[in-house]
Amino acid sequence: MSQTRFGRATSEFCESRAALVALAVTLLLVVLAIAAPLIAPQNPYDLARLSILDNNLAPGSRGVSGTFYALGTDDQGRDMLSAILYGLRLSLFVGVLATCIALVVGTSVGAISAYVGGRLDAALMRLVDVQLSFPAILIALILAAVLGKGVDKVVIALVSVQWAYYARTVRSAALVERSREYIAAARGLALPQSRIVFRHLLPNAFAPIPPIATVQFAHAIGLEATLSFLGVGVPITEPSLGLLIANGYRYMLSGDIWISFFPGVALLVVILAVNVVGDRLRDVMNPRLRH
Amino acid sequence: MLAFLLRRFGQGLLVVAVMAILVFLGVYALGNPIDILISPDADQAEREHAIIRLGLDRPIWIQFALFARSALTGDLGISFVHGTPAVGLILSRVPATLELASAALAFSVIVGVSAGLLAGLKPRSLLGRSIMAGSILGFSMPNFWLGLMLILVFAVELKLLPAGGRGETQAFLGLQWSLLTIDGLRHLILPALTLGIYKASLIARLAHAGTREVLLQDYVRFARAKGLSQRRIVAVHVLKSIMIPVVTIIGLELGSMIAFAVVTETVFAWPGMGKLLIDSIYRLDRPVIVAYLVVVVVMFVAINFVVDVLYMLLDPRVRLGRELRQ
Repeated sequence: MSQTRFGRATSEFCESRAALVALAVTLLLVVLAIAAPLIAPQNPYDLARLSILDNNLAPGSRGVSGTFYALGTDDQGRDMLSAILYGLRLSLFVGVLATCIALVVGTSVGAISAYVGGRLDAALMRLVDVQLSFPAILIALILAAVLGKGVDKVVIALVSVQWAYYARTVRSAALVERSREYIAAARGLALPQSRIVFRHLLPNAFAPIPPIATVQFAHAIGLEATLSFLGVGVPITEPSLGLLIANGYRYMLSGDIWISFFPGVALLVVILAVNVVGDRLRDVMNPRLRH
Repeated sequence: MLAFLLRRFGQGLLVVAVMAILVFLGVYALGNPIDILISPDADQAEREHAIIRLGLDRPIWIQFALFARSALTGDLGISFVHGTPAVGLILSRVPATLELASAALAFSVIVGVSAGLLAGLKPRSLLGRSIMAGSILGFSMPNFWLGLMLILVFAVELKLLPAGGRGETQAFLGLQWSLLTIDGLRHLILPALTLGIYKASLIARLAHAGTREVLLQDYVRFARAKGLSQRRIVAVHVLKSIMIPVVTIIGLELGSMIAFAVVTETVFAWPGMGKLLIDSIYRLDRPVIVAYLVVVVVMFVAINFVVDVLYMLLDPRVRLGRELRQ
């Protein structure tokens, strides 16, 4: 049953050429990010290897020692192509980590909340309501400012913002599932409550999650870039795409546009590809649109 | 109905109180303001004098009690950096932010609804497909990078529009507005565009889905059968019903615009409260950060409350449903 449902969703997904291209681009970017240390011409974190004489070189130029810079260099003489590959690596890493943690926390809270019900449910959902009535960017910005710079702190800020979406969605699906016979049967067998929640209720309430998780993943990458751009995200020693853009901001008005331009293109392509995939997933998995 | 309003009001007050505590505690952990605010070569006496003047020698709960007591009288402390009351500082920046957010909101509603309507009427046409593709691009574009690129094209390359600042302002009702001068309007265009494109894309998608759904409804078919012109069907029957979800989200969207303005104001050096927040975070100017958050939370709760009330007044189903239940 689940096999055929999965098979049909896959073939429907493949009907959209744009979605397939987006999926391919996403996978390519992930491979590039993972392989960054192997394929990047330079290690941008290793300050000893940078040549300050090569600063602010235009794309396609050669440095004093004859090094070729396909996308130019920044004010430290850092090769932009390498910096973008490493930045992509960090941006994707933060996005994946934040999405996974928020997904685990959010779906667990949602399932427990629906299963236990009563006061706990009311209190948790009130918290979710209040949190979702404030824009994510505001909460993330304040948390990041309070916690300080660092990859771990950005991840904490993103998780705190995003868990609520999963919690609300899983809860409403789990409320429907809770009254089904198999849950009553599991209760009748006197299974431990945690087993009922995590092995029976949660897997069956999980269906609406994949499209949300995809869109939230794109959102997490965008938020991290925004925080880093504002100077409350990742530290300057290991720049993500957002921080690379911020570094180039100062030179843009004087005409050295590539320092901000190329990292921005990379960021846009990542978010766009993931969003197109998520958009298609939502269409495929939404039964109301299927005729 | 009164009971409902009172309950919503009480909930709003509770949210404000809880947020005030969280904000105060959170901001307290930002760092040690003594190290930042007092110059390292100040002698011991100067240091102690400054600590007492800023109240930093008291225990944290006394600081909070003092904060809460004065917050209720509208006094959220004095900015460490500017030396003026923090609330006054924030409030003086509110008009600039509201001006930017409203301009962006107006842009996004007008452009979003028209684009979504066009795409919904002709979903298979080249125009319809380009609009939908453009809307995905629009909400994938990182806000700050879009701002930079607009500056690059319109300010640096074409030299058509200014790259930052608010331009000339004109006093109206005791406040300064950029909307009232040509120079101010020219400064407003790029930031409002940057802030508005993301929301315009979302509204376009909403209007697109709404239009496609409405076109299948019986009353639209009936209007066609009656021989009404396409223009009248679209302008009256379709537009009216796709505006319902759009109108209901406008209030909340204004709130989210105010929050997103933090980013846009930073890129365009627009002197609103978002720019003030970022500057204050850099300088660890705690009273201003706290004042910003309290003002924003109050604004949000107020907007939510007004939206609830409006929604109740506009939609008879909600109004009657609530009264029947009580």
